[in-house]
Amino acid sequence: MSDGHPHEKVRHERSPYAARIRAMEALLVEKGLLTEAEIQDRIAYMDSRSPANGAKLVARAWTDPEFKERLLSGAKSAAGELGLDATHEAELIVVENTPGTHNLIVCTLCSCYPRAVLGRPPDWYKSFEYRSRAVREPRAVMREFGFEPEEGVEVAVHDSTADARYMVLPMRPPGTEDMGEEELATLVTRDALIGVSVPKAPSRAG
Amino acid sequence: MTSFHPGDRVRVRAAEKPGHVRAPDYLKGRSGWISSILGHFPNPEDLAYGLSGMPERTLYRVGFRQSGLWDGYEGPAGDRLYADVYEHWLEPEGEQ
Repeated sequence: MSDGHPHEKVRHERSPYAARIRAMEALLVEKGLLTEAEIQDRIAYMDSRSPANGAKLVARAWTDPEFKERLLSGAKSAAGELGLDATHEAELIVVENTPGTHNLIVCTLCSCYPRAVLGRPPDWYKSFEYRSRAVREPRAVMREFGFEPEEGVEVAVHDSTADARYMVLPMRPPGTEDMGEEELATLVTRDALIGVSVPKAPSRAG
Repeated sequence: MTSFHPGDRVRVRAAEKPGHVRAPDYLKGRSGWISSILGHFPNPEDLAYGLSGMPERTLYRVGFRQSGLWDGYEGPAGDRLYADVYEHWLEPEGEQ
């Protein structure tokens, strides 16, 4: 709703929700609860989070066994070692894929996601379909992502129902022994950090 | 208050509560085991209504056998599911 103040910036709103958020933002600023600068800082912080940060943690864990232990026992402070600020999460837990167990992350209640390290979740992660099926038929869901755990591997699903956020530490793929940390990080996709897939070594054929 | 310890058998209360609830329906009445203690947090079911959430509640990571949650579950007996459940939603297995 516009009351026609001529000094107001015109913004193109994509939806009624965007308009509502703009109105709330304007009120919070007007009442002195937040400043525009604080809002911009927070947006910049959120935009700086991406699956590349999770991939860095994984690549470091693959190349530094002591870091891996710290990542598994205290992920927030381990993330801090790489300059990643995960202090906004109540708890951050990294679950390790092993030859015997494959991990999959979901939030059935809403869309809880380790945003501090991975940024915003993909839309499918928030879909009713993924949230309901990942707990009930995780193997079928993974097959649809083109991944099937090997024979004998057990699947552990983690439903982020409360104050902890989860990220998967995948296994280092075979054939990557000569790769350095930076190159290894490029193999780690967002989907592998959620657990619907696993990192693959690049094909050396041809 | 921390009533349970890793390895303890527990059941998620089969209770109904209106409003914001952090115990998913599909686990209500299901049995599992305490996997770990995640810490103590203000109760999010009260925080959702602008209350203090105090006193803090113990949050547990609880493991369940998938075959015990779903009829006709596809997968080996070792497949499991972990959820984070607050103290007030748990009871010792065997009690009603």
